[in-house]
Amino acid sequence: MNQRQKRTLRSNMIAYSFIIPSLFFLIWLGVIPLAVSLFVSLTDWNYTKGFGNWNFLGLQNFIDLWHDEWFIASLKNTLVYTIVTVPVTILLALLISAVIQDYCRDKYARVLRTVMYMPKICNIVASSAVWIALLSSYGPFTLMVKALGWKDPPRWLADYNWALPSLMLVSIWMSLGYRILLYSASLQSISDELYEAAEIDGASKPAQFFRITIPLLRPTTFFLMITGIIGSFKMFGTTNVMTQGGPGHSTYTLVYYVYKAAFSYYRMGYASAIAVVLFVLLLIVTAIQWNHNKQAEANL
Amino acid sequence: MIKVVGTHQNRIARVVANIFVTILGLLTIVPFIWMVSASFKMQRDVMAVPIQWIPRYWYPDNYLVVLHLGNAARKDYHFFLAYWNSIKLAVIHVSLVIVLSCMSGYAFAKLKFKGSHALFLVYLAQLMIPGQLTLIPRFSMFSDMGLVGTMWPLVFSGLVSVSSIFLIRQAFMGVPDELRESAMIDGANEYVIWARIMTPMIKPTVAAMATVKFLDSWNDYLDPLVFLSNWRQYTLPIALNQFVGEEVSQYNLTMAACCLTVIPVFIVFLCGQKFFVKGLNAGAVKG
Repeated sequence: MNQRQKRTLRSNMIAYSFIIPSLFFLIWLGVIPLAVSLFVSLTDWNYTKGFGNWNFLGLQNFIDLWHDEWFIASLKNTLVYTIVTVPVTILLALLISAVIQDYCRDKYARVLRTVMYMPKICNIVASSAVWIALLSSYGPFTLMVKALGWKDPPRWLADYNWALPSLMLVSIWMSLGYRILLYSASLQSISDELYEAAEIDGASKPAQFFRITIPLLRPTTFFLMITGIIGSFKMFGTTNVMTQGGPGHSTYTLVYYVYKAAFSYYRMGYASAIAVVLFVLLLIVTAIQWNHNKQAEANL
Repeated sequence: MIKVVGTHQNRIARVVANIFVTILGLLTIVPFIWMVSASFKMQRDVMAVPIQWIPRYWYPDNYLVVLHLGNAARKDYHFFLAYWNSIKLAVIHVSLVIVLSCMSGYAFAKLKFKGSHALFLVYLAQLMIPGQLTLIPRFSMFSDMGLVGTMWPLVFSGLVSVSSIFLIRQAFMGVPDELRESAMIDGANEYVIWARIMTPMIKPTVAAMATVKFLDSWNDYLDPLVFLSNWRQYTLPIALNQFVGEEVSQYNLTMAACCLTVIPVFIVFLCGQKFFVKGLNAGAVKG
């Protein structure tokens, strides 16, 4: 071995020594569990039977899933929840952050953003507990709705049709501030000159908003969409505290069903199959993101 | 953006806009105001119509009950203990994740080595595998090791934080190579350069990352729910979960418990607000 090879080997070893600690945990608690998950989803493993005591079923679990009313409901609820909450929160955040940016004094703008951010740092059990109280029959939310003229509001969390929308409301309340914060940061980075030029050309305020602000915010919007979708696919906390999936299966979500199947019924194989479906959904979203990033890079 | 000034019409628009966002801001914190007010009420006043925003009778005894200082002593949750557990866990997570991600972030940004691209792809792929997907194998693994019911599964699971590594790598890529090279010429070895020269350069990013990690660890719910079985080990969200589950209709008590878990965090947040906001922004811009 010559001098140069020795030096490369040495610098490689040093580099690996920097990587190995995190790689160890990544493989132990990330890569191996994922592989096990994929494998277990093909078996009928029940936790009570002990590790290794399983039959290989092939794709039977996945076939069963499509005949399982509870799974279909969880999938549907997760998708509906995502399709409603993500666009609504993003639109609201865009509107509110633009209004704050345009019309409020700097100091007041900061106060508003901080206040709106507070639900995000409140732990999910506490916010759920507060909303259970707010949504109860004599709770402030119900009273407010009545005061606004809805004489006979439903019993939100106990009503089959209203439980999921109630959770959506809580989710919008929780995540709005974070998105406003991100939009504000991007808004501040848009140069004033663009608006000045538009002003001189006689563009109205709305025209400026649609022609300048929205296009320039596209990367932020896209980021918020992807993280929002991934976040709501993983939705679990509010369901578990507020409704336990009920009434019926009206608020079952994929992660909640994984949790139920695995830790209430100990059907690890079946639960893993649900997790794999979730994984595929996430894979699709991530693929879209990558594609988009590549395109954005190509456009530069 | 330009601040709107001047004409009469604009002034009206400004007033309307300010009223609009003020109402929204109030709507956001009204739940918390109600929470605090309810936590000081007697049970019969909590759901009184019309709402008493300021309690007619102040009843701080709720807090005594929640903290087991009153007569209704129940021994399956303990908020002081839960605080201690949560703080312990968050401090361990934050400090170890700082070390781990500064090390691998540095290697990926500044060191050339065989297989760096392939390894980086492995990390990249891990980004889309959230903890929920690996929960079942982790659970069976830890239970085979006899660790379920202890803090260890949580301690270990919290150490996998690929997004932190990305953030740190990004920051290191912004540090000029000349710094490292000149230190090399002066005879410093890689570890010294990393610890004494390079890592201090990215302190703001480290602080930002630490903030995000702290909140993640502090508010984690699913993992501790699965891995903890003994109330002595409960973290704050789980202790609260237990309490809320048992006292679900005693809103004055549950709200007192919520206040205990939330208000101190709010105070820390408001004090370190600049810091927090920067951290959360930094965490997002990478996307």
